[in-house]
Amino acid sequence: MELIQQLINGISLGSIYALIALGYTMVYGIVKLINFAHGDVFMVGAFVGFYSITLLDLSFFPALLLTMAVTAIFGVIIERIAYKPLRNATRIAALITAIGVSLLIEYGFIYFRGAQPEAYPSGVLPTEKISILGVSINSQSIFILCTSVVLMIILQFVVHKTKIGKAMRAVSFDAEAAKLMGINVNNTISATFAIGSALAGAAGVIFGTYYSKIEPLMGIIPGLKAFVAAVLGGIGIIPGAMVGGLLLGVVESLVSAAGYSLWRDAVAFIVLILILIFLPSGLFGKNRREKV
Amino acid sequence: MKKRKVGGVMLSLSLSAGLLLAGCGGAEESGGSGGGKEIKIGANVELSGGVASYGQSASQGLQLAVDEINKEGIDGKKLKIVKVDNKSDAAEATNGALKLATQDKVAAIVGAATSTNTLAQVQIATDNKIPLITPTGTNPDITNKDGKVNEYVFRTCFIDPFQGTVAANYAKDEFQSKNAAVFIDSASDYSKGLAKAFTDSYTKAGGKIVAKEAYVAKDTDFRATLTRIKSAKPDFIFLPGYYEEVGLIVKQAREAGIDVPIMGGDGWDSPKLVEIAGNEALNNTFITNHYSAADPDEKIQEFVKAYKAKYKDTPDGFAALGYDTGYMLADAIKRAGDASPEKIKEALAKTKDLALVSGNVTLNENHDPIKSASILKYENGEQKFATKVDPE
Repeated sequence: MELIQQLINGISLGSIYALIALGYTMVYGIVKLINFAHGDVFMVGAFVGFYSITLLDLSFFPALLLTMAVTAIFGVIIERIAYKPLRNATRIAALITAIGVSLLIEYGFIYFRGAQPEAYPSGVLPTEKISILGVSINSQSIFILCTSVVLMIILQFVVHKTKIGKAMRAVSFDAEAAKLMGINVNNTISATFAIGSALAGAAGVIFGTYYSKIEPLMGIIPGLKAFVAAVLGGIGIIPGAMVGGLLLGVVESLVSAAGYSLWRDAVAFIVLILILIFLPSGLFGKNRREKV
Repeated sequence: MKKRKVGGVMLSLSLSAGLLLAGCGGAEESGGSGGGKEIKIGANVELSGGVASYGQSASQGLQLAVDEINKEGIDGKKLKIVKVDNKSDAAEATNGALKLATQDKVAAIVGAATSTNTLAQVQIATDNKIPLITPTGTNPDITNKDGKVNEYVFRTCFIDPFQGTVAANYAKDEFQSKNAAVFIDSASDYSKGLAKAFTDSYTKAGGKIVAKEAYVAKDTDFRATLTRIKSAKPDFIFLPGYYEEVGLIVKQAREAGIDVPIMGGDGWDSPKLVEIAGNEALNNTFITNHYSAADPDEKIQEFVKAYKAKYKDTPDGFAALGYDTGYMLADAIKRAGDASPEKIKEALAKTKDLALVSGNVTLNENHDPIKSASILKYENGEQKFATKVDPE
């Protein structure tokens, strides 16, 4: 029974990692950039959700939608200001810029608001305890899992069935050729940032309702873990990010369950190292030969 | 925190070495207001930064005490507080102490609210021969390091191990607990100190620790570890930590179906705890604290009334201890009959049976007060006074 309980713990945690990892992987897929500011978009989302629940008196779903809209715009602004001028610069320059943007958001936020934590009001989502065969599940975690799954399904739909999704896949396959085919590459990249950031914002709101405590530096560790999840699944591959996130969540729960809770973070990063050594393209990655 | 502490100590060493020469000249006239109408008291507290709420409360309590004392004055002299904000940072605390000692030439320094920031000032206070009183730094090392008493350092609060012992006794007496779980913050000396004292007293009284788990500050997901604790079936959980993580742990523990009593120390004492954990989850939880605003004791109620009138807020433990520090200092100055740092230090060490808000204080040979602890209980998000435990 304890094992089932632990698996449920892990899947709830993993679905949050998966939502953040999706943004990493989409952006990497299209511009080959690890957007380290992504974890901070997640943080901004958590705060936007908090203020729309407490100040605007919205309930969970309107707050979620508003947050996704705000973080989508925020993501596009970051892309336009910080990354677009570096589109043709070296990859290391873009990477360093991403780290700079991340620090700017974190400490800019602290400068204007202060570092004190904030707590999501309880009762945003119903918290009934459901007991099945000695396993107790919080109705909140079911809600959260469903929301994450629905968001991922919508994402799959957008990527595979819409025009913008087609454009995104084309740009990620070959940006130059896509441009020659009349696809507006700049808009497509912005759209990718918008969708990825909206998902991170949603993850922020979900994180807030699930864990209640939010603070300006909360994006760092989940951001890094989501990065591990993205690499685990194969960076650039959307289903890979989902599976990687869930897998990482379950691994972390099982490590704590075995009594090594202090090793939990270490194990997450050991997973990263092992994947990079033995399976550099991730679980879902194909070993594509470099085209010359 | 650890790194910062080392940094702070190093800085304090290098700075104090540099100032030895300057310090010699100043020593005779320090506390310099000796002849004037004012006695300058330095307050080196956390007015901004991560634990600003601790420092602000302590400083407000101190201000209230000084205002009251100044109505009569001490031998015709008035106390004046010189405030320094250490920004919740050990290096800044060292700088602040240096400024108070050498530029403002205060007679005594009050501060800081946390152990780390107080430890960063110990060397400066000792070098400049100025008494330092921390209202709420509970780490034993502050007054007694490696078996050697810091001559110029005092405190108004009880020390960490005492809280652990009180909690263990409460678990045995109140709940007939036999199997306890201990869940600590492995990065915090405070948490480890309390847990060790709890474990010692609890096992000595015949109890058994069935689960011993740890987390690291800033963790947010404790469900896996809590599930593990649950399967060990403890009848009591001791959770010494700070409010940010404790709030999350209590919330997640209740969600995981753990409904046994949970108990912690003064690190829980913050309004944020209630916001994070939620009213319902906090039912059946207890803390040891320095005092309770709900204690019917007359002296306490008078203080609560005065504090509310001035700041429109209920005083927490930090405010009460800041207030007590003001009175302890005034008492020492009165007995010394002279406001020189040396005399104040000698008088402070002899503090005996002084009736303060947080209990009757007698300083022992380590400059630590011997006094009672209050046990508070959370009921629908409100702290209720449960009982008072005297030292043995």
